[in-house]
Amino acid sequence: MKREEEKNLMLRTKKYWTKNWQLWVMLFPAMLYIFIFCYVPMYGIQLAFREYNFSAGFTGGDWVGLKYFKQYFESALFGTTLRNTFVISFWSIVIGFPAPIILAMIINQLKNKRWKKVVQTTVYIPYFISVVVLVSMINILFKSESGVAGNFLKMLGLVAQDTNILGKESAFVPLYVLTGVWQSMGWNSIIYIAALSSVDSQLYDACKIDGANRWQTMIHIDFPAIVPTIVILLIMNMGNILNVGFDKVYLMQNSLNLGVSQVISTYVYSVGVKSSQFSFGAAVGLFNTVVNFVFLVITNWISKRSTGTGLM
Amino acid sequence: MAAKFNNTSSGEVKRSFNLADRIFGAAVLILSIIIFLIILYPLWFVIIASISNSNLVNLGLVTFWPKDIRFYGFQQILEDERIWRGYANTILYVVAGTALNMAVTMPAAYALSRRNFSTRNKIMFYFVFTMFFSGGLVPTYMTVSSLGLISTKWILIIFVAINTYNLIIARTFIENSIPEELYEAAVLDGCSHFSYFFKVVIPLSKAVISVLVLYYAVYHWNDFFTALVYNSNQKNSPLQIVLREILLLNQAFQSGVGSVQGGYAQGAVDQVKYAVIIVSTVPILCLYPFVQKYFEKGVMIGAVKG
Repeated sequence: MKREEEKNLMLRTKKYWTKNWQLWVMLFPAMLYIFIFCYVPMYGIQLAFREYNFSAGFTGGDWVGLKYFKQYFESALFGTTLRNTFVISFWSIVIGFPAPIILAMIINQLKNKRWKKVVQTTVYIPYFISVVVLVSMINILFKSESGVAGNFLKMLGLVAQDTNILGKESAFVPLYVLTGVWQSMGWNSIIYIAALSSVDSQLYDACKIDGANRWQTMIHIDFPAIVPTIVILLIMNMGNILNVGFDKVYLMQNSLNLGVSQVISTYVYSVGVKSSQFSFGAAVGLFNTVVNFVFLVITNWISKRSTGTGLM
Repeated sequence: MAAKFNNTSSGEVKRSFNLADRIFGAAVLILSIIIFLIILYPLWFVIIASISNSNLVNLGLVTFWPKDIRFYGFQQILEDERIWRGYANTILYVVAGTALNMAVTMPAAYALSRRNFSTRNKIMFYFVFTMFFSGGLVPTYMTVSSLGLISTKWILIIFVAINTYNLIIARTFIENSIPEELYEAAVLDGCSHFSYFFKVVIPLSKAVISVLVLYYAVYHWNDFFTALVYNSNQKNSPLQIVLREILLLNQAFQSGVGSVQGGYAQGAVDQVKYAVIIVSTVPILCLYPFVQKYFEKGVMIGAVKG
């Protein structure tokens, strides 16, 4: 009996491999890469609970438990970095999330095909600009005396005459968020434009017969059509609440705005890599990952219960 | 397509001249013009500033058209060896990196698209899990360090060999756009996975391949983080790191070149900055018209299973 089973299993295994070995060969490079650069570092997370030992690597140092987490939670920078990260993410979502939706609805309403194409092509361009270039453009355009954009805002009375926008703490978040909108609004609108273009034209005809004007059509036909897309993208955005893009914040940091621009990821870089406090850096990084993961799980759970769609 | 056509034709037939609609149309048009200008003006400003007299730019006199045209900034760049080295490095990283990306992503995407591959969901989880959980910067840095890859050209090529999101896009495309009947027919003809992949899947995946090449190439071109963290050898610096030195750290000239005194030097620095922005951004924008038609498709495929 047992023998029979073993034989069966062996036969099945053999069959599986003759059928699928080529697929495994094709998967091998990708899996190997992910193993080395994603799973090995995950194993290295234990560094956050150990004293770093140069010769022994990940596992050799003495176990110190939560020492480094305590050190982070008790440091003055814990509150600052956590708050800064949340504030930047919060405004990025509040301002940055609706912007592409509004843009897509505007583009969708343009009647002149040529102009529509021109607008679409133009709004995609900033997405291709690198963060380094974007930040230097910000520095040029908002430079204290000669910056064109800064002067324009002053002319409109939105900013007081003698402010140094780049050095002002209260200007950092708006600058970060609005330039982010400038860069990615067009790109992010593509998906909504595509969703809008697939709305059933019979709905528009029905609307016309009912005597609805274009505003009403937009609110009652176009908007409901993209609500499912909006929900899914919102969940995905919420799960990334603590993943503030490192590059842009790091490059926009200067000595004047550090109080509002030091976020968790830049802090991890400066203590973990630059000053080689490996265990402490690993602990702060792990805290960030865990908070994100919890957020993702919670939003996913809420959305599954309320809308039936979720990621996992 | 048919739906779109119907929509416009019926709209033309029953053209309404209702006042509310006219106001609405005008408002939409004005808004679109404002957005268009907000997006375009900063780009336009950099272009005109790069070829204008930078003293005039600094006085705020250059706003819509270039004034006192000169190409000083571009001339300086031609002589700056760092920029050329950065360029050469970046081109290497873009070409080699993107080639590696595609060579790793496409076969894996094919394998994961096979419906009768019984282990595929487990393997998919192996990939997707890394999208939501990671070791973090420090353990990753130490892994790279223990492999001896810090400050080598290799790490800048292989660091992101595969992006899980792009893998999902490719897999979804292969799964949905290439009919299963083709595979069945090929198997009857004695076709293996390898030959089916090369002879059928690759030629039929041009749309998704162009989208992914664009995504990966733009990523490598603009990648700043990898070089910042994992490379400290100036000889390997990609363009973005050089740009940061010039644009943000104000090391506009290599020692010796920019030793002119006073305001002139500052003006020259600014003009070099504008020119650098243009020289570094134009190449990637040149790729754009060729792949633009695939954008929507790519984004839509990705959206199906985000």
